[in-house]
Amino acid sequence: MKFEEIASTLPPRTYYFSGNEAVAEGAIAANCRYYAGYPITPSSEIMERISIRFKDVNGVFMQMEDELASICSVIGAVWAGAKAMTATSGPGFSLMQEGIGYAALTETPLVIVNIQRAGPGTGQATRVASGDLMQAKWGSHGDYHIIALSPWSVQEMYDQTIEAFNLAEQYRVPVFIMGDEATGHLRERIEVKAKVKVFNRIKKLGAPPFGTDQVDGIPPMPAFGEGEKLLVTGSTHNEFGFRKTDDPLVHSKLVNRINNKILNNQERIIKTESYHLDDAEVIVVSYGFTARSSLYAMDELRKEGKKVGLLRLKTIWPFADRIIHQIGGKAKKIFVPEMNRGQIIGEIMKYAACEVIPYNQTDGEIIHPHQIIRELRYLLNNM
Amino acid sequence: MARDLEEYLRPEVKSTPFCPGCGHGTLMNLILRAIDELKVSMDEMLFVSGIGCAAWIPSPNFNADTLHTLHGRAIAFATGAKMFNPKLKVMVISGDGDLTSIGGNHLIHAARRNIDLTVICANNMIYGMTGGQVASTSPLGAISSTTMEGNIYRPFDLCKLVLGAGAPYVARYSVTQPLSLVGAIKKSLTTHGFTFIEVLSPCHTQFGRRNRYDSPSDMLKMLMENCVSKEQAEHLSKEELKDKIITGEFSDGGA
Repeated sequence: MKFEEIASTLPPRTYYFSGNEAVAEGAIAANCRYYAGYPITPSSEIMERISIRFKDVNGVFMQMEDELASICSVIGAVWAGAKAMTATSGPGFSLMQEGIGYAALTETPLVIVNIQRAGPGTGQATRVASGDLMQAKWGSHGDYHIIALSPWSVQEMYDQTIEAFNLAEQYRVPVFIMGDEATGHLRERIEVKAKVKVFNRIKKLGAPPFGTDQVDGIPPMPAFGEGEKLLVTGSTHNEFGFRKTDDPLVHSKLVNRINNKILNNQERIIKTESYHLDDAEVIVVSYGFTARSSLYAMDELRKEGKKVGLLRLKTIWPFADRIIHQIGGKAKKIFVPEMNRGQIIGEIMKYAACEVIPYNQTDGEIIHPHQIIRELRYLLNNM
Repeated sequence: MARDLEEYLRPEVKSTPFCPGCGHGTLMNLILRAIDELKVSMDEMLFVSGIGCAAWIPSPNFNADTLHTLHGRAIAFATGAKMFNPKLKVMVISGDGDLTSIGGNHLIHAARRNIDLTVICANNMIYGMTGGQVASTSPLGAISSTTMEGNIYRPFDLCKLVLGAGAPYVARYSVTQPLSLVGAIKKSLTTHGFTFIEVLSPCHTQFGRRNRYDSPSDMLKMLMENCVSKEQAEHLSKEELKDKIITGEFSDGGA
């Protein structure tokens, strides 16, 4: 493994950050040294903080002309050797989709932060939602897999940004931090540790940069300027990068490998948090900011002796199908509160044998604990 | 391709991808000749291209780092690579549709920022790879697969566009002016900042045969007859300049 412990760039202590500021600091801690972005609410504070803090660490910050240029310049910088990131929201995330597909096929490690706001369209620029989760998985054309994380606190905005860079490098894949307006603008105390664990890009000069002997392998990744005479293309290519756009075998081998390298490692990638699952009759499956309300609601009902549990998805993609299958075989009901019209519930219904009940809110407001308590009470009284 | 330049090509490349009569093979030759004359090492070079016929000039042919990107976005990718590693000598080679229509915004912003890139725009006045649709560079009246009765919109003057955005070196030549073109490419590679060369490169397959040029050589003849230097153009009337293509250096690195 190419993990290394490096000293934190920020002095270790507690800080009072907004979620967006914590993302910027997490990126810097993870050795991100190229950032390109375009202003958009509610994610702009990430770019603003990066523009100031990169001066301390010799990073390269570019405010580009649009989100298309932002994601593409990030990919260019990664192939020039950088760890790089962009952040956006709503329409900006839609504009980045073509570049995301390019990054998936060229196996370019990068981090994309989406501070989700209420859509569709321009929607409510300053309001919260989690309506882009399916877009993170399916937004670009073709078959590919990515990794998407879902932070619920300012601490996790920091920690998951570091983790996102490490996952991106390990699997050579775009990694998404699917934050939202509430977590992005929330201010909390966070702990910055003295040491940061970072994964260094694996290089093996002369080795094919786009193929391995394994059907789910992750090839080493050289950079421009290392004398490798790299051939990078977003078209179907063989292990050395030569375009093979009419070869069915090369195409299926490549597409299957970039999917399998994520799917076959999903047990290592997926992280969840479990609360009272052993005896729970109703389990709340929740993620992101809503999981905070879900936890509060569960604690309140537990005080009354109600058998409620909580499964928090810290990783959205790849999806935690095995644990959902497990809890769906034990619980009587699964309750899924979401700030969208029902996105992750579809995945849960695929794998859970029990009844799965939605609770959806799309008014640009967070789902409050009392709403979840009310719904759970109703469920528990009607079992 | 001249044999003496073969060392600049990847050994795996055995043939040209271009149609008979295409100007891009000549342009490929002239770019490598400029690099050869300047004695620039291919190890320092990064060639970035978008999507389209001209994007295949460097990728996979040139034996250097090559980045074949998305349609229109070559300059954005190049900006990221150059800004992170300024030691790379970055040349963008792509077509008129790629760089000036779908990618027009990146072109003017890179020029405005004066990013140290050399951009070579192979202008064939048509969308070649997709079957000959009208382009933002097609002349008025041009017949294309989407303007069967003739193009009704004015073409861009690419050099004026990039000059207006502040590029320190801007030039236009045709592939029928090989010596001037090699000189311009050398100048662009040695000028610090954003440099832009528009290269008129005939596409007989998609443009010529629809626009009454019976053979590829007729298109070359048209270019030779219609290209006038900017010095000559100063002495020509507006009427005489109709249908003429003004070539030369429009800004020479002074900015």
